[in-house]
Order: sequence, then structure tokens, then C-alpha cells
Amino acid sequence: MTEQQGSSQSIPFWRDVRILRIVAQVLFLAAIGFSIWWLVSNLRTNLAISGLNLEFRFLGETAGFPISEGIAYEPTRSNGYAFWVGIVNTLRIAGIGVVLATLIGTVVGISRLSSNWLVRRLAGLYVETIRNIPLLVQLFFWYFAVILTGLPLVAASLRLPGSIYLSRRGLYMPWPVATDSFPLWSWFLVGGLALGIAAYVIRRLQLRRADRPGLPILWGLGALITFACIGWLVVPGNPLHLDIPVLERFNFVGGLSLSASFLALLIALSTYTGAFIAEIVRAGIQAVSKGQTEAANALGLRKMRVLRLVILPQAMRVIIPPLGSQYLNLIKNSSLAILIGYYDLMNVGTTIFNQTGRAVEMILLIMASYLTMSLLTSGLTNLYNRRMKLVER
Amino acid sequence: MNANTPQTNELAPPTERIPMIRWLHQNLFNSWFNAILTVVATIVIAAIVFGLGHWALTAARWEVIPANLKVLFVGTYPAEQLWRVWTILVLIGLITGFSGGRRSGMMGRIALVVSGGAVLLGLFPFPLGTRLWILGVGAAAGGGIGLGLLAKTRKSPWIRRIEIGVWLASLPVSILLLNGIGDVLPVIEGRTQWGFLLNLLGAIAGIALSLPIGILLALGRRSKLPAVRWVCTAYIEIIRGVPLISLLFMASIMLQLLLPDHIRPDLLVRAMVTIIAFSAAYMAENVRGGLQAIPQGQFEAAYALGLGKVLTTILIILPQALRAVIPAIVGQFIALFKDTTLFGFIAILELLSLSRSVVGNLEWRGTIFELYVFIGILFWTLCYSMSYVGRRIERTLGVGRQ
Repeated sequence: MTEQQGSSQSIPFWRDVRILRIVAQVLFLAAIGFSIWWLVSNLRTNLAISGLNLEFRFLGETAGFPISEGIAYEPTRSNGYAFWVGIVNTLRIAGIGVVLATLIGTVVGISRLSSNWLVRRLAGLYVETIRNIPLLVQLFFWYFAVILTGLPLVAASLRLPGSIYLSRRGLYMPWPVATDSFPLWSWFLVGGLALGIAAYVIRRLQLRRADRPGLPILWGLGALITFACIGWLVVPGNPLHLDIPVLERFNFVGGLSLSASFLALLIALSTYTGAFIAEIVRAGIQAVSKGQTEAANALGLRKMRVLRLVILPQAMRVIIPPLGSQYLNLIKNSSLAILIGYYDLMNVGTTIFNQTGRAVEMILLIMASYLTMSLLTSGLTNLYNRRMKLVER
Repeated sequence: MNANTPQTNELAPPTERIPMIRWLHQNLFNSWFNAILTVVATIVIAAIVFGLGHWALTAARWEVIPANLKVLFVGTYPAEQLWRVWTILVLIGLITGFSGGRRSGMMGRIALVVSGGAVLLGLFPFPLGTRLWILGVGAAAGGGIGLGLLAKTRKSPWIRRIEIGVWLASLPVSILLLNGIGDVLPVIEGRTQWGFLLNLLGAIAGIALSLPIGILLALGRRSKLPAVRWVCTAYIEIIRGVPLISLLFMASIMLQLLLPDHIRPDLLVRAMVTIIAFSAAYMAENVRGGLQAIPQGQFEAAYALGLGKVLTTILIILPQALRAVIPAIVGQFIALFKDTTLFGFIAILELLSLSRSVVGNLEWRGTIFELYVFIGILFWTLCYSMSYVGRRIERTLGVGRQ
């Protein structure tokens, strides 16, 4: 780029930066390519010796092992489907974990800046304790020490208010189940949703025209709930039936059950990630200059409104990028599930490997799954980040 | 600092002594909402303290910890060879003391803490041999400080060079001493069952070796040559996109498929290589953060002085970039140290997995709670002190204030 036009003829090719660059890159790629070729050729000879050629047909064969968690599955289903069950389980723990961790992190992060000395110190203690102990130690603590040793056997389950039972087997709680009239009612739900969106959009436009702050989402939710309630009264019979768990001879029947390993993983992941998110939230709020709070106070805004209208929107820009990487960490950390026997994709993947001996294929599948989730998460974070940035002037 | 600061000998404003009642009112009961929070928080704290305290003082069987201390810390390392571990600790105490004595500040304080802490630890009722070794570490650190103070008075460039050389040599020497060398020192078998020693080794080797690789990757990712940039970016992003546990899984079952018959590294080496490769990707991102923080003018000034690309990078850019990311590197070290507990997944008996085997022992059945509390406190102490040191370094370097 920096060379002059006329002088290029006088430079011999071995000193011409443009040519040297290309030569360097070709050499570099050749070295990388050679190493990869070497590894792959080793792999092929080794696989040929063991008679397992690289192919994915085994995914169609019968799995033959049980998975006690997640979407409908039978051991007669294929390996590929079993792996899919694992992916869904990972998404389930990660999804719920992300929501819980965000809640914990926000509450603790704001508490660390509370004007209440005791609350501030308590939040600080929580963050410093959790962040400095390995996640696996915490996970084992929750699973082996608290749930499997500390909780009562299933026959003597701890009964919490609202027919929730807690025991070494896990948590059993009432759960709504659809009845015959649910399909009819679901039309009301769809209608309510449309109505809610319409109300939200109208209120938002109205507020914007009047240049007033407000919560248009309340209007939307109100419309949805009202319409759903009307539907509930109109439809014959109850569309939903609350299924309450009942203790039978060996175990609970009915309701929703969360296994012990799921509970331990959820508690460990959300409290651990929550502590990191708390620090991010705190740093984000502190990044908003104090003058903003003072100016908002001077305008006569109440405390909650200062937080919601002035501080959080500005803090969000600082918070979102590291928050995204914490979500990513949570997804990756959910792979620790294998050490306490929760059937996530890592666990199912290694089980399939143990059954079929397909090491390379399973590792490729596992890594590709995690990479896809990581790329999707960071892509979403970047998208959101760009949208938030547009607000800047 | 600036011209407007009055140059008088004014005293700092007096620290107000607030009466107890006023303090309570200001900090705990300044609104009804805060009053409720205070009451709730007090109840929560009381419940935790009472519950844990009651258990810790009456029900807990703490004797499981001293009875298994050797197993937890060094696993199957033969007792008659333990002098090697202690020798390494004594030597590290010595050079830490020396470095601390030569310069005051953070390093000096670390040396003092090591020496004082070892002496304090020596007061605990360990077996006599152990106590003597612990006191030896303390004495070595103390002696090191003395030597360092002595060296401070001499102005010889060799002292600094030797100091750096000794630090660089300490890791390979430690590993050789632990493992044994050919005929001189018998090689010790069962390397994968050394308990907490493996956590420490994994973290230290991981950070020490991943730093140079990480620097190269970071430079590669910022390279002007697209082929280099793409390869480095792909490596960093792939490693950062998958969990460590899947890489360890790969190291334990797939690595031997990728290598020819005659190369069969043992499990511990494979685990170490994995953790270094893993850590290098994260390290590269830390270093890249530091590189990006360097203003373009630094490059231009260096070129204007006639420095070439390589010299500019080594002499001008890297020192500044690395200085800016020391806190991030400390954070990385803590994360890596915590991650070494995952070694248990590929049947390497580090601290956490050994605690499970201790509980498997009939005599110690049901002491899992005590063991996890102990392990938690151990990790917490080490990680917290490291992050404290990191924060202090950040402050003394004035990162973010310039």
C-alpha cells in the first residue's frame, strides 16, 4: 500500500513486500495444512485398524439406553433422536438457568449499591463467596451434600406450601394440564395475544405522540389477561386442570417433577452465574455518572423511576456485552451435568460413544452443537448491542 | 497535581465521628423500605449463622480433614518422597522472599505474608516433620527477604537477570523434581493421583505456558496477513465456543487416534496440553484487549524512530499491552485454577475427586459436607488472595486512570 508506483520495477521480487506477504501466507497455510493432513492420515490408519470408518450411519441405529429426563423418549428410538433429547435438555437447563441467573444477578447487583449497609454487605459477601469457589465444588455440594444427603427420602418428603414436595428424588409440584375444552380456549388465547399486541402498539404510539414516559406493556398484558379471563368463563368446563402430585407406593404420581440432578445443576449454575452478573450490573450502574442521578432527582422523579428511566437504559449499554458472555459461560458450564448424571447433550453424547465406540463422530457432534449455541448467543448479543447503540447520539 | 490545587498545608477534612444511633438511622433505617430490608437481612444472616454454626460446632466430624490431609493434598505421592514437594516449597519461598526483598510494594508484601503465614501455620498441631518443613518454608522466605534487601544495595544488572532466570527455571525444575529424573532421582509412578498438587500444577503450568502462545495468537489475530488472521481467529473462537469438559473428553479418548502408534503421551500430559491449549485462546483475547488499547501513535512513533515491525512489537507495544491486562491475566489464572477441578472427569484424581474417594471409605462415610466445606474454604482463600493481589496491582499500575 505504501510503495510508490514507479519504483516497483526496481525492487527485486525477493524484497518486494507484496510478494513476500503472499509467500509468507502460502508457507503458513502449507504448514497448517501439512499438520492437519498428518493428523487426519494418522486418524485414518488408526480407524482402519479398529475397523470404524468415519461415517454417521450409526445415528440411525437403535439407542438402547434409557434417558429418564426430558421430552418423550424410548430406548427403542435411534441414537440421533437420543442426542436430540440431550440437546433439548441442555437448552432447558440453560434457558431456565439464564432467566434465574439474570434475576439473581440484577437483585444482588442493585443490592450492592443499596443505601442499606447490611444489604450492601450481604450482597458483597454473596458475590465474593460464590465467585471464588469452583463451580464444580458448588455443584457437588448441592447435589451430593445437600440434596442426596441433607434431604429426606421420598416417603418422608418435605412438604412445602402449595402441595410442593421436596425429597432426594427431586421436586414435585402441581402443574396445569390441558383438558378437553383447552383447544377452544386456546383460540381465546390467540385472540387475546393479537389484541394485546394491538393495545401495546396503540398505547406506545399514543405515549410517544404525547412525549410522556409510561409502560405500554401493561396495556398489552391487561388486554391479553382480560380476554383470556372472558374466554375462561365462556368456555364450558375448565380448560386447564391443576395436576397435583400424590405419593403412591414408591414415588409421586402426577404434577411436574424436577429430578435431583436438574435441581442441583439449576441451583449451582444460576447462583454461580448470578454472582458474576451481579458484578456486571453493579459496574454498569456505576458507569452512569452520578450527575445523571442527581439531575433526575432534581427533576422530582421518584427512586424507582430514576432507576428505570434514567439509569438502567444507560447502564444497559455497558451491561449487555459482558452479560452475553456470561450467558455463554452458563451454556458451556451446563456440560458439568455429566458429572452428576443429568442427561444433557454431553452426557448423552458420551453415552452414545460408550455404546458405539464412535469417538470422532461424537466429539464432532458435541462440539458442533456447543459451537452453534455459542455462535447463536453471541450473534443475538451483538444484534441487541447494535440496536442499543443506535440510541446514542 | 494540576495548577489550581492550592499549595497550602491544609489538613484533610476531619473524619466525622457519627454517634451510633445516627449511624444506624443513616445506614439501616433511613426509610421504611430500608427498615424492612434490614429486618429481613438480619433474620437471614441469623438463620445462616445459627444453622451453620450449630452444625459446625456440634454435628460436624472435622477430624476427617486432619486424618486425610496428606491424601487430599498429595494423593498417592509416597510419604518417604514427600521431601521433594517440601524442597520445592522451600525454594519457592526463597525466591519469593528474594524478589520481595529486592523491591518493596506488592511483591514485598506477598513475601512477608508467605513468610509470616508459614510461621503461623507452623504453630498448628501438625506432625513434627510437617511442622519443621513448614517452618523451613517460612525461614527460607525470611532469609530470601534478607538476601533481597542485601542485593538491593548492589547495582549489578546480573542480579536481575539471575532472578528472572531462576523464576523461569522454577517450573521445569519443580516438575522434574516431582516426577524424578532417570537414574538420579527415582521416577514416581501414579502421576494422575496427586490430589491438590495436580490442581496447583495444572493452573501454574497452564498460565505460564499459555501466556506465550496466547500472545502469538493475539498478534496473529491482528496480523495484516489474512491467512494468519483467519487461522488464529478460527482457533480462538472454536476453543472459546466449546466447554473445557468436551476438550478434556477429546484429549482422553481421541488424541491417541490423531497420533501415530509410537507417540502415546500419558493422561496427565494430555490433560495439561488441553488446559494450556484451552487457556491460550482466552489469554489471546485478554492480550488482544491490551493491544487494542494502545494508541496508533505508539506504532507511528516507533516506526519514525526506525524500529522494525518485530522490534516495535517486542520493545514498545507488548510491554504496554501486557501491563494493561495484568488484572485480566490474574482473573484468567483464578478461572484456570478453578477449572482444574474438572480433571476428575477424565479419571485424574485431583483434590475434588479424591474427596469422593475419602467418603467412599467406610470410616469416613457421611462426612461429605465437611469435606466440601473444607475444599470450598481452601479454594476461596487462594482465589480471594489472588484477586486481592490483582486489584492491588491494578491500583498501583494506575490502569484506567491515565
